[in-house]
Amino acid sequence: MGKYFVVFRVALAERLVYRADFFLSTFLRFIPIVTTILLWRAIYDGANQTEIGGLQYKQMVSYYLLIMIVRAFGSMPKLASGIALAIREGELRKYILQPIDYLTYLLSLRFAHKLVYFVMSAIPYTIIFWMCSDYLPGWPSPTMFCMSILTLSMTFYIGFAINSLIGLLGFWFLEVASFIHAFMTLQYFLSGHMFPLSLLPKSIEKIVTWLPFAYETYYPTLILLQKVNVEEAMRIVAIQFVWGSIVAGLCLFTWKRGLHQYSAFGG
Amino acid sequence: MAEICVKDLHKNYRVHVKPAGLGASVKSLFNRKYKDVRAVDGISFDIEPGEMVGFLGPNGAGKTTTLKMLSGLIFPTSGSVSVMGFVPWERKNEYRRQFALLMGQKNQLWWDLPASESFRLHKEIYNIEDKSFRTVLGDLTELLDVKSLLDQPVRELSLGERMKMELIAALLHSPRVLFLDEPTIGLDVVAQTNIRNCLKQYNQERQVTIILTSHYMRDIEALCDRVLVIDHGHLVHDGSLQDITARFSTHKLLLLRFQNGQMPERPEEFGEVVELTPPRLTLRIPREQVPSCVSHILDSYDVDDISIEDPSIEDVISALFNQTAKRTRDEGVVAETVDG
Repeated sequence: MGKYFVVFRVALAERLVYRADFFLSTFLRFIPIVTTILLWRAIYDGANQTEIGGLQYKQMVSYYLLIMIVRAFGSMPKLASGIALAIREGELRKYILQPIDYLTYLLSLRFAHKLVYFVMSAIPYTIIFWMCSDYLPGWPSPTMFCMSILTLSMTFYIGFAINSLIGLLGFWFLEVASFIHAFMTLQYFLSGHMFPLSLLPKSIEKIVTWLPFAYETYYPTLILLQKVNVEEAMRIVAIQFVWGSIVAGLCLFTWKRGLHQYSAFGG
Repeated sequence: MAEICVKDLHKNYRVHVKPAGLGASVKSLFNRKYKDVRAVDGISFDIEPGEMVGFLGPNGAGKTTTLKMLSGLIFPTSGSVSVMGFVPWERKNEYRRQFALLMGQKNQLWWDLPASESFRLHKEIYNIEDKSFRTVLGDLTELLDVKSLLDQPVRELSLGERMKMELIAALLHSPRVLFLDEPTIGLDVVAQTNIRNCLKQYNQERQVTIILTSHYMRDIEALCDRVLVIDHGHLVHDGSLQDITARFSTHKLLLLRFQNGQMPERPEEFGEVVELTPPRLTLRIPREQVPSCVSHILDSYDVDDISIEDPSIEDVISALFNQTAKRTRDEGVVAETVDG
């Protein structure tokens, strides 16, 4: 385990090289939210309803704010494309030659990236959430707080597994950029990032809320929003774990198959 | 027992054949054509512990493919390899801790961090003990004279400095076997000499087994007592570099400068004209004819300067490659190669 801790430490140092980038990009991320919130204001006014998709206006605003937190755990910028690039450009070689496990190595890197991100973006997040405190639910009970931590960890797990899996397709396809793009679009829609999944027609909602994407973003956001009780939260976390493990299993399988293919034909 | 033992090694690649042009591209979407390419075609050799062996061959001869099989990156199509008693492509950690592959065109250091950070990471990855880490790092940084650059981000280093750092990274875990693929590519003469000296000293001190490929004949000349020449996937020579010269330099070069621009009217009578820029003339003459030819020229013309030289090792090698290429063609053997 020692070596992966050092990977983590070295990656921390590397990330800090780009610290100025963080402040800016964190603030910029909130700009699209402002337009979304204004749009929903107009929708609520026009519809003359206090509740849409089971959410009041204030809850809708907090949904979009809290989804930023969930995405901060689940999004894995450049993970999939990085793996595909490593396969294509031959950087993968060094992980085959060295006594180190590539996927564990990537996981250590990602821990470091996330930690730096959270530390760096703590200030902008605090400012924005303080400004919007009227819209947000109050502090959760200790149990719900623990559930929030758990669900966010599971979001990280699922996000890491799904993105790695997409990246590993690079073993079979030279160019996975279009895959990644299609996948991101699909995920934006299916995960509830675009709008709460409860707005979907019931029949579609049933299918979509069953997929891993919903468990990556939508359900964890509901927990943070305190729209579910403790029992439901526990069920969500359990299903998250199952989905994460299924995708992680697929990932390991793909890695083994891909490596075999790579060794036989490429290098 | 030999440190490296290669028996009848083959590697075929299946490559997608796509003729140029849009029409052909569309066609190949539906009807893909493949051809087998024999990158390595039945190579066998043994290398003893502590030997430093040069791999020579033109581009696409199969050198890199062979090194990739020896380091376990790719599986062979058939044949066997044993390195320190391990089968490389099983990729056991005990094996991976004891060898290193350094590719001149690939880098393994972290771009944005000082090399010292990458070295620390290597220390953990390879389980290097503190003491050994400090000694080896101290020795190598001194040998390559890069001590002052350790804390500078790698991206700010020159190509030569970076290559030295790459070499240190490859040697940190004191590998018993070292594969070097073009370690001096793109470097200036000073950096080349530096790296060469470092390798020589390292090999002598630690009895490390080294296989080295290089396009710079000087690398091979300076470092390797034994040379394996690979061409079109075949091993065409296994012996000393001098053997190659003795075997293939049947000719000598005669370099002449004439006085007052008085040149022979038909220089081709004396031998093959290599270069003719009055008042200079360079001729390629069969060995046994050199004395008679020289005396004839000296009798008939006013010569300012004269010297007799062996052809350069590069010329000898390229003659060797041409010869094998021709033989391969004559025998009608299909042995197209790729350098993957």
